[in-house]
Amino acid sequence: MLITRRAEFSASHFCRAASLNDHENWELFGEESHSGGHGHNFVVEVSVEGEPDPITGMIVDLKELKDILDREIVTPMDHRFLNYEVEPFGRVIPTTANIALEIWRRLERRFSVARYRLARVRLFETADLYVDVD
Amino acid sequence: MISITRRYHFPASHRLHSPLLSEPENARLYGKCNNPFGHGHDYTLELTVTGQLDGASGLLVPLSRLDGFVQSKILGLFAYRNINIDVPQFAILVPTTENVLRVIGELVRQYWPESFGDLKIYVSRIQIQETERNGFEMVLPVPEIKNSSAERNESVMVHA
Repeated sequence: MLITRRAEFSASHFCRAASLNDHENWELFGEESHSGGHGHNFVVEVSVEGEPDPITGMIVDLKELKDILDREIVTPMDHRFLNYEVEPFGRVIPTTANIALEIWRRLERRFSVARYRLARVRLFETADLYVDVD
Repeated sequence: MISITRRYHFPASHRLHSPLLSEPENARLYGKCNNPFGHGHDYTLELTVTGQLDGASGLLVPLSRLDGFVQSKILGLFAYRNINIDVPQFAILVPTTENVLRVIGELVRQYWPESFGDLKIYVSRIQIQETERNGFEMVLPVPEIKNSSAERNESVMVHA
């Protein structure tokens, strides 16, 4: 069984590779490559897979899930400039895929218990673009 | 596994009418959708692309390339068109959204390799909403792709 919790964070970023010139960056990243940065209202949906505990009837306590999402994602990333303020985006280009992978890394260790596991991270950069890591 | 899903929008008109059925049968089966003059929808099309993440750029595919493909091979055919009259595949095929999805699936199968053969990426899912209430989804088989944690760690490049 899957349980999915949604969280939002608003953050700015840009996507540029230092080894490429302006034109090459534009070809690869388009509007995302403007070095001044721009922002999105990111929405992340985190799915945890497991079986309900026979006593509590819950896979995972939603309060606990919310606290973990707040601590690992929302607090460090909300209203931040990802390239300058959030590790590892000083050296890793914060594409939607790389942000989703970083969220997966941060959460995976929190959900590596016997009864449930992290099943999927879905990160919406906009309503028309999202990345799944599973 | 990692995948990216991009959503596109296109308005188009159609009329559901099967040449294999009589007028009354068509009217009964398709109801309002059998209106002789046709009618239109704002369709939503989602393509899910999965495969090998390019470690240097952190991209599965540059979005401009994906958008260019969808525009030239799919949206260019359907957007602001009368599907029955303007899209050759529907000369005799009834443009139900199931059939629109099938035709789009065929276009992807036909043109994807020549457009993205240089990347290890594949379309794993195509989804269409005819309206917010009616959705149609097709899952396509893809080769197994390993984005191992070692490969994931390679997705590091110092940005400007």
